[in-house]
Amino acid sequence: MENKIVQPVITAESLTKKFGHFTATDAITFQVKKGEIFGFLGANGAGKTTAIRMLCGLLMPTSGNASVAGFDVFTQTEEIKKNIGYMSQKFSLYEDLTVKENIRFYGGIYGLSNSGLKEKTEILLSKLKLKNEARHLVKSLPLGWKQKLAFSVALIHEPAIVFLDEPTGGVDPITRRQFWEMIYEAAYCGTTVFVTTHYMDEAEYCDRVSIMVSGKIAVMGTPDALKKGFSVKTMNEVFLKLAR
Amino acid sequence: MIEVREISKRYVDILALNKISFTVDKGELFGIIGPDGAGKTTLFRILATLLLPDDGSARVNDWDVIKQYKKIRKNIGYMPGRFSLYQDLSVQENLEFFASIFHTSIKNNYENIQTIYEQIAPFKNRKAGALSGGMKQKLALCCALVHNPEVLFLDEPTTGVDAVSRQEFWESLIELKNKGMTILVSTPYMDEASLCDRVALMQTGRIMEINAPEAIIQKFSKKLWAIKADNTYHLLKDLQSFQHIDTCFPFGENIHVTLLHGEADMNDLRKYLQEKQHQELTITTILPVIEDCFMDLMTEDILH
Amino acid sequence: MFAFIHFVKKETYHIFRDKRTLLILFGMPVVMIILFGYAIRNDIGRSDLAVVDEAHDAYSAKLIAEINASAYFDVVKVLPNEASIDNSFRKEEEKIVLIIPPHFGQHLFQPQTGKAQVRIVADASDPNLATSLTNYATAIINTFQGHISTISQPPLAIIQDVRMLYNPEMKSVYEFVPGLMALILMLVSAMMTAITITREKETGTMEVLLASPLPPALIILGKITPYILLSFINALLILGFGNFLFHVPVHGSLILLLAESVLFILTALSLGILISTVAVNQQTAMMISLGGLLMPTVVLSGFIFPLSSMPVALQWLANFIPAKWFIIILRDIMLKGNGWGYVWKETMVLLIMTLFFILLSIKRFKIRLS
Repeated sequence: MENKIVQPVITAESLTKKFGHFTATDAITFQVKKGEIFGFLGANGAGKTTAIRMLCGLLMPTSGNASVAGFDVFTQTEEIKKNIGYMSQKFSLYEDLTVKENIRFYGGIYGLSNSGLKEKTEILLSKLKLKNEARHLVKSLPLGWKQKLAFSVALIHEPAIVFLDEPTGGVDPITRRQFWEMIYEAAYCGTTVFVTTHYMDEAEYCDRVSIMVSGKIAVMGTPDALKKGFSVKTMNEVFLKLAR
Repeated sequence: MIEVREISKRYVDILALNKISFTVDKGELFGIIGPDGAGKTTLFRILATLLLPDDGSARVNDWDVIKQYKKIRKNIGYMPGRFSLYQDLSVQENLEFFASIFHTSIKNNYENIQTIYEQIAPFKNRKAGALSGGMKQKLALCCALVHNPEVLFLDEPTTGVDAVSRQEFWESLIELKNKGMTILVSTPYMDEASLCDRVALMQTGRIMEINAPEAIIQKFSKKLWAIKADNTYHLLKDLQSFQHIDTCFPFGENIHVTLLHGEADMNDLRKYLQEKQHQELTITTILPVIEDCFMDLMTEDILH
Repeated sequence: MFAFIHFVKKETYHIFRDKRTLLILFGMPVVMIILFGYAIRNDIGRSDLAVVDEAHDAYSAKLIAEINASAYFDVVKVLPNEASIDNSFRKEEEKIVLIIPPHFGQHLFQPQTGKAQVRIVADASDPNLATSLTNYATAIINTFQGHISTISQPPLAIIQDVRMLYNPEMKSVYEFVPGLMALILMLVSAMMTAITITREKETGTMEVLLASPLPPALIILGKITPYILLSFINALLILGFGNFLFHVPVHGSLILLLAESVLFILTALSLGILISTVAVNQQTAMMISLGGLLMPTVVLSGFIFPLSSMPVALQWLANFIPAKWFIIILRDIMLKGNGWGYVWKETMVLLIMTLFFILLSIKRFKIRLS
């Protein structure tokens, strides 16, 4: 990659969220650069979801600072929402709408013009090889296709950052890899990818990962550096060593 | 202990199970490995006597799943795919309730669940809804075990659970197996296959392969390389456009590659990648893991 | 039995830990009875009254004066004849008119020449107001009768003829209590059971229960037992509030009334179970309960709209609404004081319906999924 200094698109400084006496995220600090694939790992209940919700402007932090795509998470949540894409395993597409209707709906809510929408729809359909299924209901598609479609739809307004919450759960191994190819491609085109996963081999696909343990970021770095630091061979072992 | 013969099940327009056959021996830890939509849940429901197969027959502990369902229900522990405890009841209350529906009590079978129960005992007055994912699964396992069943059916017990909890869960399963329990477990995580005595690899309603994990790996006939370079995405793109490529899949930090003519194409590939100016290039011969085998079987499937 | 007790215990935990459901369960009957009761409240202050005095004698004047002197009425108008009453009512100038026919005084003291009559005509478009007004008016006339009787023997008799315009059936708060009771019991028993059973389907716990040795009938019985008790408490609550706040009487046997309530609760529960065998999730269960039970109970049971004025087809359809029969039974026992001899036919209808629903749900309830 080029050797220029890249501005961070996500910065978090001592970002904290408390629910009553319970501190869900405890003063986390990190930066994510433009075009980076950042793996955000942690055990269930370590505070990942809370952190992502704060970064997406859905949850007001208790203290600390954070900016996403240059906008402040305290005061500019509306701007943040316009500049990010979000996809999760649980919520992504409307099952009872067709492929085309879903694309048009999401394009519409992100303010794409009518002609822009038409063009985007065509590009998306041919890229995903879904032209013949354009008029099929989403629920009739295999899971892997749904997830690929959901990812493309999350990118429809060309956001600076896309948040992916366990995007590949339950998907077959080949489709999972095709999905990651799409992630690579998006990152290569300059989109920052912020992703959580339970598949530890997927953690290795990331440029950098952070692992959260009980509300704090325990370690952060490239997968190689983390593995060397713990003198182990796989990210899975890093994860197990940390969380135990 | 479990005997499945040519079972088929169709939902309106989907063939969920397509002539599935396998047997599980007493005391075996048998894994059903496959992604969503493979038919795992349908298979479990048929064995737990909750669904009738359209075709074929199945026996659990030599009882027929259709005719002798009552006997089976008394003697199995079943943990469905969706989390199935009462969120508004405490850990203790859940366990007591599930013991009572099998006409027993926690005390009667305490030694059965002791090792797992001790891990959740500190939270026994907490509501099940307030437990972490890993803890919930342990509690669900306890509930399935509390009546001392002869066979355990666990449908995707580790899905959505973090790596640590998953490892702990599997340690519990292996411990149960060592005590003589027969366990049928399904999972979408391929790396969990190696923890089973034998596995069935499932995809879209069919079993592609049944064997011990090591045997499946030995059957993998192609030569497999792990290739690594500084930029994985470029490497992948270049590999995909290499003319003698058979398969190339990202795998952790590497890309796993098979070639059309095996070893014979390797020199060409080396030259090709050097031409493309990949930095820090390493190419090593490796042994496959279950996931490689699964993908190989899937590609073969698509070809046929 | 052991498993059953634990099942009921577990079900009770669910109910008492869900504060919102609990609030609906016990809050709704109270709120509804207060709303219905006060929306048709029946205590009033001084009201306007018109007279049509065709007698024009000393006694008619005395009667009018006595009414005017009472705490309830102001005599505001003298109408020329009966025909003008309708017009006056339509202008909503007053709600009640007293008509004193010719020769009132003469008939009063010489009964052989005819009967002394008065007629009271009330605007019953507000039924409760009309009842109260006529009750007051008749009371005053009775007092008047008592006054003048002291000066003559034998006692004088005034025949009162009360007519209600616009709502001859005179539905009152009394009659809403049976309807309300049917409505609330139907809602609580049927909807709550349907929802609680489908909830287990949704969370997947039903799968585990079915795969256990528990007989399906026991699962259902365990789930509804706490609701039988809750519904019964609800019935008591409605009766109690009706009696305490609005003095709704129970003229007949309380035991019989409660027994009939239990029967109706069972009807509703069996309907709830039937719904749960059809619905796959709580939302559908709720929709079916509201559309399939609540609406017909409100519209076709005679609760709000009198069945007698409906098209024949609807009257025929109403026979299939359990609430219709229950309301008839309740009115018989509570308001008319009738006993078993009068309500056994309706009770049989309910009983047959209940058995039918239970059989149907047992038939529909599967020992397996789908």
